[in-house]
Amino acid sequence: MKKILEFDIEDLIPAPENVLRSQGIPPGAEIPEKISELADLALELFAELCEPAGLIGDLSVSQFREIYSGEGRNEILTPVAKIFPLADHLALFAMTVGEPVGERIAELFDTNEFALASMLDTTASEATELAGIYSEQAYLEDLITAGDVSPESFIMRYSPGYCGWHISGQRKLFEYLEPENIGISLTNSYMMRPLKSISGVMLVGPANIHKFDITYPFCDQCIDKGCRARIRAMGN
Amino acid sequence: MDLLKNIADSLQRGDDKKTAELTSRAIDESLSPKTILDDGLIAGMTVIGRKFKAHEIFLPDVLLAAKAMYAGLDLLKPLLLKEKVPTVGKVVIGTVQGDMHDIGKNLVGIMLKGAGFEIIDLGHNVPPEKFIDTALESEASVIGMSALLTTTMPNMKKVIDILKERGLNDKIKTIIGGAPVSDDFAAEIGADAYAFDGINSIDKIKKLLGLD
Repeated sequence: MKKILEFDIEDLIPAPENVLRSQGIPPGAEIPEKISELADLALELFAELCEPAGLIGDLSVSQFREIYSGEGRNEILTPVAKIFPLADHLALFAMTVGEPVGERIAELFDTNEFALASMLDTTASEATELAGIYSEQAYLEDLITAGDVSPESFIMRYSPGYCGWHISGQRKLFEYLEPENIGISLTNSYMMRPLKSISGVMLVGPANIHKFDITYPFCDQCIDKGCRARIRAMGN
Repeated sequence: MDLLKNIADSLQRGDDKKTAELTSRAIDESLSPKTILDDGLIAGMTVIGRKFKAHEIFLPDVLLAAKAMYAGLDLLKPLLLKEKVPTVGKVVIGTVQGDMHDIGKNLVGIMLKGAGFEIIDLGHNVPPEKFIDTALESEASVIGMSALLTTTMPNMKKVIDILKERGLNDKIKTIIGGAPVSDDFAAEIGADAYAFDGINSIDKIKKLLGLD
């Protein structure tokens, strides 16, 4: 079953400190007023320009096995390969904050407003991630409310291009989910348009299925390592 | 000279209007355009680069300073062209074919221009031959390529292979960058250098051209 997601833009506005951290400004650093003003302006602009859209689609383990196999270019051992057969529920997702933000970023660069362009770009990236977090929370709550999973269940997202799942996996994901219906398209080089878009799979199940050691060969190349905090949050 | 120091200082504060005003005053006072550029604008951006590397300032500070640099440079450019003042070097930049991510490439272009390079920005989704044809036409000595997708990174190798086939790899150096790119990948495909950000690209290109 596919479901179009409705977003309240307020839920997608990132906290200023997160935007500044992504701009390389560490927490606790003294922030000049001109930079705080830039961050505020970027957040305002984002709120004006954001056109969020999202889509999720339930699927079975066997359906996802076919999608995950993609073009046969995944790493042999990956967290997704280990976890998805054990998941109680799976859903593909795709979401975007829309094209107008990207267009404004380009215009700002063209008019030498480099700092604001960069700040808006960071804001949009943070917001796209928030859309993912909001969606997985909403999906998990729906499952718990419907009694389909236990309230002690956890959910984690994985996207093609990360964690050993080759980016070409986007192709079969798009064929199944059809995010073109909400304005997200895929190029021949597996790039999503609008650029500020994310896609992947959400895997739901008890904590023990989600835990893995961050010792895969490709983990070294990962800048984010956001999985560490999420696995720690699941407790022992 | 105080006026040049004031230009450098206003640039470092990110005050584009003041930088333009002072640059205009320097021109009116018949300071040579090259002196204003080197000892005012580039001097200011050099301090910015040093402070950024030392983590004393952050990306927004650098970009505000770059805007101020551009404000001054816009006034100087016609004079520099008229006097045929050479730039530090010419660099062709672009995001490779199949890829439309250009923020990182834009930031590199901004920083290099701030360091006195002439930048020919081809934009995104640039075919391999276009990098080379443009470098030859403009007599650029460096091609800088950006990629944010693992599927488009191979197009960097295509450019390098074509340069080698045409015997141009000594004449035109290559530098690559982007989130999935690394030193190891640069070595693997025969790129002359890899840069992890805009400030780093200045150091790497100067080294490639023997300007360090």
